[in-house]
Order: sequence, then C-alpha cells, then structure tokens
Amino acid sequence: MSLHTEEAEHISGATTRTFLNVWFALLIMTGVEVFLAYEQLPVVIFLTVLLGLSVIKAALIIAYFMHLKFEKLSLFLTLFPMLILCIVLMLLIFMPDSSRSMLMRPR
Amino acid sequence: MSEVNTAQLTSVWAGGRSPYAVNSKKFGMWLFIISDALTFSALLMAYTYVRLATPNWPTPFHFSPSIIFSTIMTFCLLSSSLTMVMGVHAMNHGNRKAAVLWILATMAGGAGFVVLHLNEWLNLIHNEHVTPFDNPWGVPLFGGTFFALTGLHMTHVIIGLIYLGIVAFAVGRGKFKAEDVEVSGLYWHFVDLVWMFIFPLVYLMSAKI
Repeated sequence: MSLHTEEAEHISGATTRTFLNVWFALLIMTGVEVFLAYEQLPVVIFLTVLLGLSVIKAALIIAYFMHLKFEKLSLFLTLFPMLILCIVLMLLIFMPDSSRSMLMRPR
Repeated sequence: MSEVNTAQLTSVWAGGRSPYAVNSKKFGMWLFIISDALTFSALLMAYTYVRLATPNWPTPFHFSPSIIFSTIMTFCLLSSSLTMVMGVHAMNHGNRKAAVLWILATMAGGAGFVVLHLNEWLNLIHNEHVTPFDNPWGVPLFGGTFFALTGLHMTHVIIGLIYLGIVAFAVGRGKFKAEDVEVSGLYWHFVDLVWMFIFPLVYLMSAKI
C-alpha cells in the first residue's frame, strides 16, 4: 500500500521512552521553579535561575518534541541565530533604559 | 532528462532539491513560529521593562488558587505536548485510529488549560478587582501587561484547539498525511514553549509570599 510506505518514511530519531523522559524532566524543572518561588532568594539569582530553567525547557521542547534535533543542521542555522540576534538586540536597546528610568526617579 | 538533471546538481543549494529536507508546510510553520516567537518576546520585554521601571509592582498571586492553578495549567500543557508527540508518532507508523485518540487527548489537555485559565482570570477580576485598565494598587500597567500576555497566549491555545480539531476530524476520515499532523504538532509545542516563559515570569515572579 503506497500510502503506508509514504507515511512510514518519516520515522526517525526518538522513541516513546525518550519522549517520556523529556516530559518527566520538564515536569521536574517546573516543580523546582515553583519551589524556588517560595524560598526567598535574592531577586537577581531567582530571575537568573528561572530564565535558565526556562531556556533549558524550551531547548528540550524544540529539540525533542519539535523534532529539530533530528532535522538537518541547515534548518536550525536558518531559523535560530536570527531569532536570538533579534532578541539580544531588543534586550540591548530597551533594557538599560528601564533601569535608567528607575535611577532618575525622585527620592 | 530528469536523470541528467539530478546528476548535475551536486550541491543541495543548486536548486531543484529541498536544502532543508523538510516539506514546504513544515518549513512554513517554522517560519511562522519564529515570527510569533518574536511577537511574544517583544511582549515579554515590554512587561519586563514596565516592571523594572515601576517601584511598587503588585504581587497579587496567592499560592491558592493562583499558583496552584497555574502549576496545574503548566502540567496540562506539558502533558498535552507529550500526547501530541505520541499522536505524531502513531501517525508516522500509519496508525490513524491511535493518532486521532492521541490528538483528542491533546485537545483535552488544552481545553483543561483554557478552563483553568479563564477561572483564574475571573478570580483576578472579581476577587482582586484587576481589569486591563485599573486595579486597587494603582499600577494599571500590571493589568495591561498581564491580560495582554496571557490573553494572546490563550488566543493561541484556542486557535490550536480549533486547528487540532480539524486535523483530528480529517485524519479520522482518512484524509491528511503524517506531515500534516506533524505540522499541527509543531504549532502546539510552540504554544507550550511560550507558556514555559510566561508562567515563571508573570506568575512565579509575582507570587505573594
């Protein structure tokens, strides 16, 4: 049956067990985030840990669930460096200004 | 003739072949996801900006119900991503019936997310008196950024539910190929991924301790 072979040719990469492991890792990282929210950490450390965990979670979702780990490298290189560059540019342009407005506040 | 042509094309960039080895639907969805990621990062940055620039930013999210609800919502989305990946997996193996069931499970997770989130919104609106333009703490930007960010995300979830419903219906009737399910899966995982940033930055950073 031609339809079946056409559908079967996409099979590659991860197995069900891998998906379960990734899901479990994502749940654990979410649990750590919620736990840390009540640990009274200094805000800079807390924010850094939160963003670090979020980036790791995003990377896991992109690599395994969105299958990018098993695609050609050219697809990744076309999509992501540009995205990261745009985000970094936005950060560089806008974020210093937000703290400047805090410093200029009348005391 | 075609044999001669393919023999001449030594480089993947010479044309006539897909340099990314993905079909055009999948590549189109990836491009949409990247542009949508920029939309969300701009909104998250606007939120971070006004938050940094506002000294008395409110932290109204009590452990119960807000943080508990948003944690369960995160669980719903993460689990629906797992079922979506299983649906794509089943479809890749030509098992349409299982694929439909997995996609329906994914939709159940997404619907759970929307119901809990609407409940959480109503709790904020009725009990904490937060609206997009006003709140008791005198920081209207809190409601503005909160409802803009979570509202745009919830819109994406609802669109995803409709999208997955159409895909499940078509797959059940023997239409659509495995790649179509995979493309809808890409969209769903992206919605999940965005929540992985909104949940800590909006909810956990504003938890009432």
